[in-house]
Amino acid sequence: MAVIKDLKTKTLSVNMGPQHPATHGVLRLVLELDGETVVKCKPYVGYLHRGTEKLGENKTYPMALPLTDRLDYVSSMSNNIGYCVAVEKLLGIEVPERAKYIRTIMGELTRIANHIVWIATHALDIGAMTVFLYSMRDREWILELYEMACGARLTVTYPRIGGVRADVDQEFLDHCYKFTEEFPKLIEQYETLIDQNRIWLQRTKGIGVLTAEEAVNWGLTGPTLRGSGVPYDIRKFAPYDAYDQVEFEVPIGKVGDVYDRYRCRMEEFRQSNSIIRQCLEKLPGGYVLASDAPGYDLAAGPRKKPAPPAPKVEPAPEAAAQPAAPPTPPQPAGPEFEEVYVATEVPKGELGFYFISDGTGKPYRMRIRSPSYIHASVLPRMCEGSLVADVIANIGTIDIVLGECDR
Amino acid sequence: MNELLSAFGLQQSVDFLLQLLIIIVKIAVVVSITMLHVAYATYFERKVIGHMQVRVGPMRVGPHGLLQPIADGVKLFFKEDIIPANADRAVFQIAPFVAVFATLSSLAVIPFFDLFYIANINVGVLYLFAMSSLAAYSLIMSGWGSNSKYAFLGGLRSTAQVVSYEIAMAFSLVSIMIMAGSMNLIEIVQAQQQYWYGMYLVPQFVAYIIFLIAMFAETNRTPFDLPEAESELVAGYFVEYSGMRFALFFLGEYIGMIVMASMAVVCFWGGWMAPPILIELIPPLAMVPGIVWFILKVYFHIFLFYWVRATVPRYRYDKLMSLGWKILIPVALANVVVTAFVKYIF
Amino acid sequence: MEPMEIAELIKGKFPSEVKDVVEFRGQVSVLIKKDRLLEIMKYLHKTPELYFDYLADLTGADYMGKKEVRFEVVYNLLSIKYNKAIRIKAEVPEDDCTIDSVIGIWIGADWHERECYDMFGITFKGHPDLRRILMPEDWEGYPLRKDYPLKSDLGEKEWKPYLEVIEIGKKNLAYEVR
Repeated sequence: MAVIKDLKTKTLSVNMGPQHPATHGVLRLVLELDGETVVKCKPYVGYLHRGTEKLGENKTYPMALPLTDRLDYVSSMSNNIGYCVAVEKLLGIEVPERAKYIRTIMGELTRIANHIVWIATHALDIGAMTVFLYSMRDREWILELYEMACGARLTVTYPRIGGVRADVDQEFLDHCYKFTEEFPKLIEQYETLIDQNRIWLQRTKGIGVLTAEEAVNWGLTGPTLRGSGVPYDIRKFAPYDAYDQVEFEVPIGKVGDVYDRYRCRMEEFRQSNSIIRQCLEKLPGGYVLASDAPGYDLAAGPRKKPAPPAPKVEPAPEAAAQPAAPPTPPQPAGPEFEEVYVATEVPKGELGFYFISDGTGKPYRMRIRSPSYIHASVLPRMCEGSLVADVIANIGTIDIVLGECDR
Repeated sequence: MNELLSAFGLQQSVDFLLQLLIIIVKIAVVVSITMLHVAYATYFERKVIGHMQVRVGPMRVGPHGLLQPIADGVKLFFKEDIIPANADRAVFQIAPFVAVFATLSSLAVIPFFDLFYIANINVGVLYLFAMSSLAAYSLIMSGWGSNSKYAFLGGLRSTAQVVSYEIAMAFSLVSIMIMAGSMNLIEIVQAQQQYWYGMYLVPQFVAYIIFLIAMFAETNRTPFDLPEAESELVAGYFVEYSGMRFALFFLGEYIGMIVMASMAVVCFWGGWMAPPILIELIPPLAMVPGIVWFILKVYFHIFLFYWVRATVPRYRYDKLMSLGWKILIPVALANVVVTAFVKYIF
Repeated sequence: MEPMEIAELIKGKFPSEVKDVVEFRGQVSVLIKKDRLLEIMKYLHKTPELYFDYLADLTGADYMGKKEVRFEVVYNLLSIKYNKAIRIKAEVPEDDCTIDSVIGIWIGADWHERECYDMFGITFKGHPDLRRILMPEDWEGYPLRKDYPLKSDLGEKEWKPYLEVIEIGKKNLAYEVR
């Protein structure tokens, strides 16, 4: 070995992405390779940055809803729901029961659709090609259900602030029920192909291990965190929609490697399926949109009536024009700011919306805390010291969509 | 006349020329049939994998997509041949031809049926090894010549892979040589007729499994397609190639598959001969020409390539190496020793 | 422990630092000065009965002309153990646009802080790799500041179809293009 030490070797820097079949979008990793071992991994994001937060500040709350479809385009319905739940909390709107159940059904369908895309791409990256086509076949079913409910397949914008856009009909419910009956068999099909496959086990077990403390400290959420054994699920921690009225388990892993995260997501398939089933059975009647749901030209924000003393626009230029003015008590002069941070459990993890409202119909600040962004930041920790092939497995296991990461 | 000819030693020359002509005709036949075969092997692959993956495969060009391979070939050969500005031009340009040359020349010693072969040499097995090793050069050359990091990594991977799996493969065939007492492929085939089942597959089952695994590694097929690992190295060693040269790599790979499948058939499945027991039970089967048996057996192996491709994920580089060095080579060695003992005792 | 109690606890521990405590829709935000941020954060993270082990979100906000101190850095904390959340807001004045990095406490703050720097120009002291993250490296200005224009001022050189869209937008009262 002494001879090898004396050899002058050089690391090879490889630019993986933004155009690369396995980086799930436009993620760019600059890898320093020593042979096949990754010495250094530097992720670059932002290729898909569209300024959603800035755009949101200049649109009324209902108008910014379609922007959220474009965040995580694989599970757009969940993003819509997350946004609506957050705005409802801010505006204090109570959603009708039926709408809550429909949203829960949609949210879980989206979870299944997202995990299907995940297992498809993850398995394809590791080289199991057939799973990809099997799962795409089944995703079609869910997209058809979307289409039945709202006419769109990918960017749905079906939920509304205060409910959903339209009621679902009996045909949808029948198809959905049939889906829940068939789907467990389809999960078994995927598992037949990879679950006990020795090569799959070799490629996933013991790869990208994150301990529970570490995963929490990194801010990971969703199945990526639960694979490490932390049972943090917002559906249980802070139930929204109808999640407090259905029974389900939160699957967790033990080791926190790629395989455990894979198992977690496979179990979530079954749990989601059972949630949909329960919701279908319990689905109450009634309206699907709250009576006080805001329209597009939303004039007032959280305070239903605009606060009488202050016309909202005036104080700002005043304060800007005279910065040296003696500090007048800010509360009566400027608008009062109200803020909420509401997180929902989207398939990829915790999608948080943080709104600062100044009382007008537009958010003063809209912040999107996207799970993919945080998950992408953990890549160097997972990849450094592993092999090139594991980088691919690690990118797959954190389940990122760059539209959401870059916002 | 004959005396006159022989007087000047021309008789030999004529004979020689005649033989040369026959060989050239044989080469032409074999190469053209193989080429056509390769085209339809891709079609076969796409159909087989398509049906395994709940889709139909090519359907548009011709009935059931039958003209698809021709359309693909025409497209590839008329595409622009792009050479990267920083490539090592000579190496880059030669590499695909090396691939095709190595695999095509392997065809020379394969006995297709009864006595149809291009060359009958006593070290046929060794020759096949030599040629399949040569094919590795094309991968290394293309990896180096492209002057691209992905291609380079692919080239390096293939070097290591081919070197380690060649050994296991050689050892698995050593036991066949011991049993047949010859390295001549025709004699190996004929020696297998001593069993009622007519193949070395049964006594040399372990060697066959090792050969099969090494066969996948040698041809860079899933699960050992690390040099071209699509999701890691994009396309590996041929990432920079386009048009005709790209097609040549494909050609090389598919001919390589046919060569390896033929090798498996010749060494383990009794070549063009039917199992004697089958002929005894159903005498009319003796009328079936040898080439039919040969093609059936080869196609079974080619189907195996596709089947595996549709089923398993890709190996990781270090696991591949440890499989090769820590499992296959020791097992193959032990198999050689056991075979030698058994042969010596009985 | 209710969020309000936690806020009181912080106020009791750091009376000079806490400027304001606001509750809205059950969520409590604590407005603090930035000087002893790290101490407060360490206290929240390490104290066994609080144990805010998870930094849900870190972001900035620009109150240009609306509040005395222009920027605020907002930390949304959650204790997974006790399922309790609290929001800490640290004031960052415009003339001293720096704040301590909390990366030593929650390593997940890494990219959040880079984004905050990218979008608001707030420098995080002690961050190992403070670069722009979403915007290109050579970008000028900080997009989420309120004085950053929503559209460029190319004027006549602007792409024609875009100008048409602006014209249509101006007719529609729901839009307001700055």
